[in-house]
Amino acid sequence: MTPAVELRRITKKFGDVVAVDNIDLSIKDGEFFAMLGPSGCGKTTTLRMIAGLEFPTEGSLSIFGEEVGTLAPNKRSVNTVFQNYALFPHLTVLENVGFGLKMQGTDKKETRARAMEMIELVQLNGLESRKPAQMSGGQQQRVALARALVNQPKVLLLDEPLGALDLKLRQEMQLELKKLQRDVGISFVFVTHDQEEALTMADRIAVMHEGKLLQVASPEEIYEQPASKFVADFIGRTNLLEGTVKDKTTVVLENGSLVHAANSLVAGTRVAISLRPERAKIARLSDVSIEGSSLNGVIDTITYLGNARVYGVKLDWMNIEIRQENRPDAELYEHGDQITVYWSTDDVSVVAG
Amino acid sequence: MGKESDSPAPPLEATPEFEKAAQRKESRRGFLLALPSYLYLVIFFVLPLVIVLVYSFATRNRFGGTDLSGWNFDSYERIAEPIVRTILYRSLWLAFLTTLICLVIAYPFAYFLTTRRPLIRNVMLVFVMIPFWTNFLVRNYAWRVILGNDGPFTKVTEFLGLGTNELLFSQKAVVLGLVYGYLPFMILPLYAAIERIDGRLIEASRDLYGSGWQSFRHVLLPLSMPGVIAGSILVFVPSLGAYVTPEILGGAKTTFLGSYIVTQFLTARNWPFGAALSFVLMAVMLVTTIIYFRKGGRTL
Repeated sequence: MTPAVELRRITKKFGDVVAVDNIDLSIKDGEFFAMLGPSGCGKTTTLRMIAGLEFPTEGSLSIFGEEVGTLAPNKRSVNTVFQNYALFPHLTVLENVGFGLKMQGTDKKETRARAMEMIELVQLNGLESRKPAQMSGGQQQRVALARALVNQPKVLLLDEPLGALDLKLRQEMQLELKKLQRDVGISFVFVTHDQEEALTMADRIAVMHEGKLLQVASPEEIYEQPASKFVADFIGRTNLLEGTVKDKTTVVLENGSLVHAANSLVAGTRVAISLRPERAKIARLSDVSIEGSSLNGVIDTITYLGNARVYGVKLDWMNIEIRQENRPDAELYEHGDQITVYWSTDDVSVVAG
Repeated sequence: MGKESDSPAPPLEATPEFEKAAQRKESRRGFLLALPSYLYLVIFFVLPLVIVLVYSFATRNRFGGTDLSGWNFDSYERIAEPIVRTILYRSLWLAFLTTLICLVIAYPFAYFLTTRRPLIRNVMLVFVMIPFWTNFLVRNYAWRVILGNDGPFTKVTEFLGLGTNELLFSQKAVVLGLVYGYLPFMILPLYAAIERIDGRLIEASRDLYGSGWQSFRHVLLPLSMPGVIAGSILVFVPSLGAYVTPEILGGAKTTFLGSYIVTQFLTARNWPFGAALSFVLMAVMLVTTIIYFRKGGRTL
C-alpha cells in the first residue's frame, strides 16, 4: 500500500543550523501518528515540510506517492491545525470553516452547506456567526479542526493541537480527537512535546531529538523497549543505571554491584539499565529472600501523589525514584529507612550507554 | 438576633458608595494630569478656530479690512462659484491621487519590511525617516532643481531620446512632490498594522488552498485595513491643504486650495472668504478623520 506520507532522506537547514537531519519516515494511511520530542528537535519543521510551509533542503517527500517536495501549500491535499489555531480573527466561524472551500472556488451554496455540516460535526451549532475572539479555547480548537477537515484532506496535520488547553479539557479532547480520526479514517499526523499525549493518542510514535529520528514504534514498544537512553528518559520517568556488561546476562554498575538483564549483551560495552519507577519494588533490608537484582539504599524523600507515593532512594552513588501504588496493604516507609530495591529481569530494558 | 448597631467603626468594605468615591477620585486625578494639554488645546486650537469661524460670517469692507458686523453667509455662497469649485475639485482629485499612489508604493514596501530581520527593518525605517531631518522647503526646492531645465531629469530624458521634459510647473510635478513628501506617513502606519498581523494567518490561508493573491485579498488586506485607513488619512488630509509643494513645483498655472486660501488672506484681503474656505477644508478633513475612527479603530 502506498504510504500516506513518505519522507526519504529529508534534511532541512536554516542557514548553518540543521533543523532536520536526514530522516526517513513512512506514515501509513489511516494511522494516528505522533511526532514527539523536546522543543527545537525538528518535529514542527518536519510537519511544516509536509504541509508545504517549508521546503526541504535535501531529500524527497511524497504524499500518496506524489512527489510534493517544493509544491506550494495550496497545491497539496493536506490541511493543518495550527498551534494556537491561527483562526482568521476578522471572519466568523462559518467563514473560517468555509475559507478553504471558498479559495478553491466551490460555489457559495455548497460551501455553506458543507461548512455547516462540519460545524455540526464538531458540535458548534448555533455559534457559526461568532468571531473567534468570542469563543473559548476549546471551541476555537474545534473551529480549527472543522476548518481543516471540511476540505477532506488526504492527511490532517496537527501542530501541538491541544497545547493551549487546560488539563481537563485536554484529556477530553484527546479522546475526542482519537474518535474523530477513526470516523474520518484519514491519517492524522500530530506534533507534540507531551509524551503522555503521544502515548494516549498515537498508533505509532516517532521520537525526535536534535533533528534526528531516534525511534519509530508503537507506544508500547517505545515505552518498554526504548532504543536509546534519550528515548528511555524522555518517554515516561525512568532511572538510568549506567554500567558495563560483564557477560551475556550480567551488568556491573558503577559501584561494582552486579545486576541481571536480558540476554545477548556484548561483554565490555557501556550500557544503561532503564528501571521504571513503577517496576521496581521496595522491601525492608531485613527481608532477605529476594530473587533477581537488588540494590540497597536509604529512603530520602517521599512525595505523596494521591494515587501513589514516590520514594526518592539514595544509593551509594546515585539517587533513584521508586513509585508505590497507593493501596491499603502497601507498606509505608519513612525518611531514613534502610531498604532494598529489587526487580526481575523482565522489568528493565537495556539501552546503549 | 442581637443588634450590632453600637459597633464603633464601620468596617472598610467595598460598598457601591465606596467604589463610586474611588472612581471619582481616579477620574479627578486623570483630569488634573490632562489639564495642561486641555489648556494648550483650548488656547492654541479651539480659540483660533472660533476666531476663524466668526470671521467667516463677517463682511469685507471697501478698504480690505473686515467688519465684525452684518453677519451673513455670503462667503460660503461664494464657494459654489465655478472658479472656486474647480480649485476645490482639483485639490480633492490631487489629494486622492497622491493618497492612492502612496498606498500602492508603500504597501509592498511595508510588507517587505515586516519580512526582514529586526536589524534590517530598523535600518530601513531610519532611511524612511531621514528626509524629515531636512527642511521640507529645502526638499521641495531640491525637486525643482532635479526637474528643472538643466536638471538631471531632463538630461536623462533627453539622453533616452524622450525629448525635453515638461514636468516642472505641472500637476504631475505637484503629485510627485506630494507623494515624495508624504510617503513616510503612509509607510509607518501600514508597517505598524502589517507587523502586528500573525504570520501564521497567511500560512493558514495558504494551507487552506489560498493562492498568494487570495491570501492578500482575503487575509492580509482586511487585517491591515486600520493601517490603510490611517495612512490614507495622514496623506490625504495634508495633501488637500498643501501649500508649499504646489507653490514651488506647480508654478502659477495651477492653483490649489492651500494657495488659494493664502491669496484670499494676503493678496485679495478678503478675510471672511479665506476663513470660510479654511472652514470647509477643515470640515472635509474632519469627516475623513471621523470615518477613520469609526471604521479603523485606534491604531496610532
